[in-house]
Amino acid sequence: MSRPWLHRATEVAIHVMAGTAIAAVILIFVFVARETLPLFTSSAVQEEVTLSKMWLAQLWPGYDGAEHVWQPVSEIPKYGILPLFVGTLKVTSVAMLVAIPLAVGAALFVSQYASHRLREILKPVVELLAGIPSVVLGFFALIVLASWLQDALDLDSRLSALLAGIALALAVVPIIFTVCEEALGAVPRSYVEASTALGARRWQTILLVVLPSASPGIAAAIALGFGRAIGETMIVLMASGNAAILSGSVLDSTRTLSATIAAELAEVVFGGPHYTVLFFIGSLLFLMTFSVNLVGSIATARLKAKVGGRR
Amino acid sequence: MKLKLKRTKRNALGDIALILASALALLLVIGSLAVIVIDVGIHGYERLSWAFLTESPDNGMMGGGIFPAIVGTTAMVFLMTLAGVPIGVATAVYLHEYAAPDSRFAKLVRIAVQNLAGVPSIVFGLFGLGFFIQWVGPGIDRFLLGGARMFGQPGILWASLTMAVLTLPVVIVATEEALSNVPNSVREAAFALGATKFQVVATVVVPQSLAGILTGGILAVSRGAGEVAPLLFTGAAYFLPELPSRFSDQFMHLGYHVYVLSTQSPDVDATQPILYATVLVLLALVFMLNLTAMVARSRMRRHFA
Repeated sequence: MSRPWLHRATEVAIHVMAGTAIAAVILIFVFVARETLPLFTSSAVQEEVTLSKMWLAQLWPGYDGAEHVWQPVSEIPKYGILPLFVGTLKVTSVAMLVAIPLAVGAALFVSQYASHRLREILKPVVELLAGIPSVVLGFFALIVLASWLQDALDLDSRLSALLAGIALALAVVPIIFTVCEEALGAVPRSYVEASTALGARRWQTILLVVLPSASPGIAAAIALGFGRAIGETMIVLMASGNAAILSGSVLDSTRTLSATIAAELAEVVFGGPHYTVLFFIGSLLFLMTFSVNLVGSIATARLKAKVGGRR
Repeated sequence: MKLKLKRTKRNALGDIALILASALALLLVIGSLAVIVIDVGIHGYERLSWAFLTESPDNGMMGGGIFPAIVGTTAMVFLMTLAGVPIGVATAVYLHEYAAPDSRFAKLVRIAVQNLAGVPSIVFGLFGLGFFIQWVGPGIDRFLLGGARMFGQPGILWASLTMAVLTLPVVIVATEEALSNVPNSVREAAFALGATKFQVVATVVVPQSLAGILTGGILAVSRGAGEVAPLLFTGAAYFLPELPSRFSDQFMHLGYHVYVLSTQSPDVDATQPILYATVLVLLALVFMLNLTAMVARSRMRRHFA
């Protein structure tokens, strides 16, 4: 009351500061894209690399046929991006295949079978897993898990897409678990009661009533987990082996899009072709996660509207 | 309401199978957490000592301690909090206290926060390099420092600001949850006493939400201590003989130190004890912060329940 103009000014400041998140998203896109521009405008960059050279197989001296090769630091720099794409796909697929059953199963147990008291203990424990820094998961995969996996499966390569995918799954599980558990818990009690009244057993109710009702939320959870998996860097950088070879096997050493940026950006000439290509990869990662997250958040909003409307 | 149904064998098996399968999934998740914690705890404890926490690395990273990394992490996290928390709290206050239910701006802010949370950490690193180091920094150098190259290069200020943007959604989400825990009756009581909107927010709602705001800050700090990818090109250093003393100095960071020791050691076996001890310190720090945040949050929920 004493100084209304000061109150008013603070309120305006709050309003302005609330725009920071919007500004941040726009600035991230603009400034990552800005460093990508020379790829389309600079003739010096285009002499070495163009979009078609990145995406199409090229005839390189020393190779028999047209091939996709990622060798940015060599006599003739080669920027075939396909091996990195396939690498990301391999690691992400392994991670999702491991993480989805684990996370959905754990969420099912916690939301359907655990007592209230047990749930209050189990949820924070899984959230603690989310708190482990990805560099620690990468360290664990590199130092401990790699040897176990190599001995168990008798592998040639200590580091592989399989190893990175398993470690990555540990980072993705808590994300899927939390959203999934919320979605399963939001299924109206009346559904379960109706199903039980019709004579369904507990497992029939869960699989045929609870899971389908929560499916938009589960889909959103998986989308969010997937978004995290394609962009995660440190785990993959440390555990995948980083060989940029085009191969379909998950047992081979593999390099992903995110790890390529992390491993190579520190040693490139600012503004040069290699630098530009790495920012191009960054823009791709941004656009991919942006669209995946948009789909995920739209699905969650719909779910909330649907469940909320019936309560 | 329990109904007696005709028990068939197949149906009883279905119940057992589902409960076992879901319990197994949960056990595997918790088991992997336990394996990591136990492995790091056992191996890390051997090398841990007071000297390890208070000495600099020596002998080409194969001896000494991690003091500069602890100081660097603390300084970075402090600057990050200073920059990020006020903006995060203001955003949450706007969204929860001021925005009209059908406000388009508020809707846009929410979408932006959600998307910001999903941007890969390595892209934040590219942003920090492209925006702060390549654009803002050189601008400061040119117009304020007369061309001396100081801010146009990686340093602790740029790393902290990049990390502040990365942790913004954490602060916003936690603060908003805290604000929504304050009952409307409290606001109405304050209005009934003749308080203005601003007075209600500043003297009633925000003080009541302090625990939640603190939770957001703690979670952001925990994230900042462990996240490495955004620091790779914005200011984290492999090894520095001196502690950072200016905003433009580079710094050592616990998470980055783990990465460096894991991947760039000339002698893996000699480095391993130090590596494990560093991971233990980082993990203990992060877990302590997360547990504090969890306790604060559940207390807060109970307070208004």
